[in-house]
Amino acid sequence: MVVGKNMTVQNSISAEELEEIIILIQRQYGYDFGDYARASLHRRVIRCMQKAGCLTAYELKYQLTNDHRFFAWFIESLTVNVTEMFRDPSFYKELRQNVLPKLASYPAIKIWHAGCSTGEEVFSMAILLHEMGLLSRTRLYATDLNPANLDRARQGIVPLQYMKDYTANYIQSGGTNDFSAYYTARYENAIIHKEYRKNIVFAVHNLATDHVFNEFQLVCCRNVLIYFNRNLQNRAINLFSNSLTPLGYLALGMKESLLFTDVRHQFEVVNPAVRIYRSKR
Amino acid sequence: MSRVSVVVIGGSAGSIPVVTELLQALPRHFQFSVIIVLHRLRNVISSLDTILGNKVQVITIREPNDKEEIREQYVYLAPQNYHLLIEADKTFSLDYSETVHHSRPSIDVTFESVAQVYASQAVAVLLSGANQDGADGLQAIINQGGMVIVQDPATAEYPAMPKAALERNREAVVLTPPEIAAFLRTLTQ
Repeated sequence: MVVGKNMTVQNSISAEELEEIIILIQRQYGYDFGDYARASLHRRVIRCMQKAGCLTAYELKYQLTNDHRFFAWFIESLTVNVTEMFRDPSFYKELRQNVLPKLASYPAIKIWHAGCSTGEEVFSMAILLHEMGLLSRTRLYATDLNPANLDRARQGIVPLQYMKDYTANYIQSGGTNDFSAYYTARYENAIIHKEYRKNIVFAVHNLATDHVFNEFQLVCCRNVLIYFNRNLQNRAINLFSNSLTPLGYLALGMKESLLFTDVRHQFEVVNPAVRIYRSKR
Repeated sequence: MSRVSVVVIGGSAGSIPVVTELLQALPRHFQFSVIIVLHRLRNVISSLDTILGNKVQVITIREPNDKEEIREQYVYLAPQNYHLLIEADKTFSLDYSETVHHSRPSIDVTFESVAQVYASQAVAVLLSGANQDGADGLQAIINQGGMVIVQDPATAEYPAMPKAALERNREAVVLTPPEIAAFLRTLTQ
């Protein structure tokens, strides 16, 4: 650790120490971060150390080993839980105009949001489905590895301070209703009305270790794979490929691609700008 | 100084004309990669890569995909609404975590990541802007042995960001935009 004249003591760990921490978490608790991209994981670990007041990797390892409550907090803070409603309005516009009309031909629609965090994207999807008259025959499966995220998502709570931005996103995505009709403001929170959430099933699922659990016409996994290395990205995309019905859709984040996966030839690109793919099988 | 592998440029309000000037100064065959982080609006359709590209037709400006390999002679622009990180194997990783200095992409985040991977082979350039982003990142570059250039605040449309960086980093070289452009040209000779 370098401490210069203008510097405060910084919480820092080396690349080797990061590997030791990953192994400790795996051995002791079974969470496998071995195939997470190191650059962001490193940042997250240091951020957790700052919040917890751990100065060295030794201190962090000691706490992780001896304090189970600390470990639970650490895992919840380690994964990125940032999300937005109607993030990338052009993506939702494409769903509205071209993808959901195709799904309308199915008597029952099943959609999987993998890595749903606190639910903002699945709520956005439910609102779209409602506006297209499809919500009542759709079941939305929203999964995350972090149980604390799911607890929050089940309550349908979105911080009120962001609703202004989300309303702008919604309008840009082609929404024409009064967005505030979808939620009730209570103190500093907006609560999405129950009728838009009742077809959502929230469940724990870890893309690094869990398997196919159902079949879907649309899988949304946006800005989750960016935290994985190419190996784990490949595993996850294979999992999605095996979870899709014939001609099912896969939606990724705006800068995520199938390029580095071995199933890329099994998909055709529906809209390259918003990264929507369709299974050829 | 060791061979320069990457020039990373951070800018905010008032920086786009300077970025354009620097890119126009790059020779056709520059033997390093350029990574640009500009504060941008989120959730609006942005064609900044095209706008910059139109002004600098000889080089290609890419918004990288996640896990894309970083190549020489390419100019990369951090995509909107992501932090841009560098992996040890010199590929990009995108990150959608909390904003830093109310910004995503944040200049600090990319500078710190570049410092980790490129160490003394990095040159960081901080331009005009109205907040404090970049100051910590420049310090990381200096600590790892890289070179740090800050736009002369007297020439910046918004001097707050370069000023904040200079208060933090006395080792930084202060240059006007034409001087930065001239310096970039020397890297290729």
